[in-house]
Amino acid sequence: MIELAGIHKTDEILRLMTTPYVEINGLDFAYGDRQILSGIDMQLPKGKLTAIMGGSGCGKTTLLRLIGGQIKPDRGSLKVAGHEVSRFNERELYGMRRRMGMLFQFGALFTDLSVFDNIAFPLREHTRLPESAIRDLVLLKLEAVGLRGAAQLMPAELSGGMARRVALARSVALDPELILFDEPFTGLDPISLSIIATLIRRLTDALGATSVMVTHDVHESLAVVDYVYFMAGGRMVGSGTPAELRVSTDPYVYQFVHAQPDGPVHFHYPADNLDEQLLAGAA
Amino acid sequence: MRLIERFFSVIGANTIDRVWRLGFAARFFLAMLSHSGETFRRPRLLLRELYASGVLSLIIILVSGLFVGLVLGLQGYDTLQRYGSSEALGILVALSLVRELGPVVAALLFASRAGSSMTAEVGLMKATEQLTAMDMMAVNPLARIMAPRFWGGVLSMPLLAALFTAAGIFGGWLIGVIFIGVDEGAFWAQMQANVSFRDDVFNGIIKSAVFGVAVSLIAVFEGFDAVPTAEGVSRAITRTVVTSALAILALDFVLTSFMFRGL
Repeated sequence: MIELAGIHKTDEILRLMTTPYVEINGLDFAYGDRQILSGIDMQLPKGKLTAIMGGSGCGKTTLLRLIGGQIKPDRGSLKVAGHEVSRFNERELYGMRRRMGMLFQFGALFTDLSVFDNIAFPLREHTRLPESAIRDLVLLKLEAVGLRGAAQLMPAELSGGMARRVALARSVALDPELILFDEPFTGLDPISLSIIATLIRRLTDALGATSVMVTHDVHESLAVVDYVYFMAGGRMVGSGTPAELRVSTDPYVYQFVHAQPDGPVHFHYPADNLDEQLLAGAA
Repeated sequence: MRLIERFFSVIGANTIDRVWRLGFAARFFLAMLSHSGETFRRPRLLLRELYASGVLSLIIILVSGLFVGLVLGLQGYDTLQRYGSSEALGILVALSLVRELGPVVAALLFASRAGSSMTAEVGLMKATEQLTAMDMMAVNPLARIMAPRFWGGVLSMPLLAALFTAAGIFGGWLIGVIFIGVDEGAFWAQMQANVSFRDDVFNGIIKSAVFGVAVSLIAVFEGFDAVPTAEGVSRAITRTVVTSALAILALDFVLTSFMFRGL
């Protein structure tokens, strides 16, 4: 009986080790009549950093919101740690989010709290740690992003890059199992961009977390991620490791990775024939 | 025919939209009430909002109350002295303020000062994704942001109305007794003898509490429901002030009708 229990335990551990942390199958989502995502299949392995890339408006952020349980899919399955997210009630959803961190596009720092209090916020809300322990944890998180000296500054006093690093420290305050990064490189100078990319990689490895990064910044992303999914028009159009994608001849992937102005993603917005339109105007 | 069809279609769409929004506001109110426990378990959250909506509104409330009292003193004396009853100035000033002007004007000022500020704060938090960030941290914004602001407003309002009334009575006394020379004994004695706690003061407190609920609910709801852009937040603030003013005046009529003892 003891042996049996042992076997079951080992099986469970093996299952958890091999099962993707986030599993998406046949997912569809629409805002009213406007179809945003169609037939999305995706597997995000545990402990890996995966990028979801694609042009603006292709549904990347919507996919991130679906993983975070902010919206529910119309069809298909989306499992996080083996649990169907759309079936969670509020308590279960918040239970999942306590093990999740999210970095927003512009940081979303609480403007009435100092840098220190922003990072202490999730710790104060979800733990019963004494203030001295919270202080030490916050300082360690700030040290990890190189901003221990900025602990007492207010968000309005930070540069864009510093605010993003503070937000990054806040997103890992509770040592999450899953971290979602929504366009973490938007609006950053090259130095800040490189710092954020390196920090994302380092923190993912240090925490052993499963990370998902939504971005359209090809070069920085390919340098740090383990795997990439490409999206276009609400569909998954390609995937692979950074090395595979750099040599890929798939037209869409090629256009995106090599920043070609025209290709499967057209330069021109759909319109009537130009000659016909000009002649119609002259008549 | 097309025009008529379009006319009714627009009216229908607007009506459906307004009814839907009213329903959404009602659901928001119930959800906020059900998440109010944390506000009272963590008094610091409530104290912060009492300070923001109550203490920071004190100056405008006290100064306005004083001026309203000064004007009431002048106008009241002018009318009463025609009938030879200028000693009744105290009762006129007190009843006007306790029953009507105190709760109503204080609520209008509260909506402009604290209500607009609540909407702006919540609306900007929404526009800058702070509410979403909080929700993603498994902290419910209804419990952490909306409910403390709502209850802070609800508790502040009767206190502000009482202070407005006190400042107004002081203004009436200043004009009537000090500057015009109405007998001080008559001023206070008439007031003491004729202002009933149950029928006048208590009804005034009920009114200001109801106005506090209405204004605070409108303010937090408009912020929560604001379109997350600069223009959207600006529109939400305008809606808070306009809707609150109309709600205060309409509720005042309804409450006064119930409290009316004249027939």
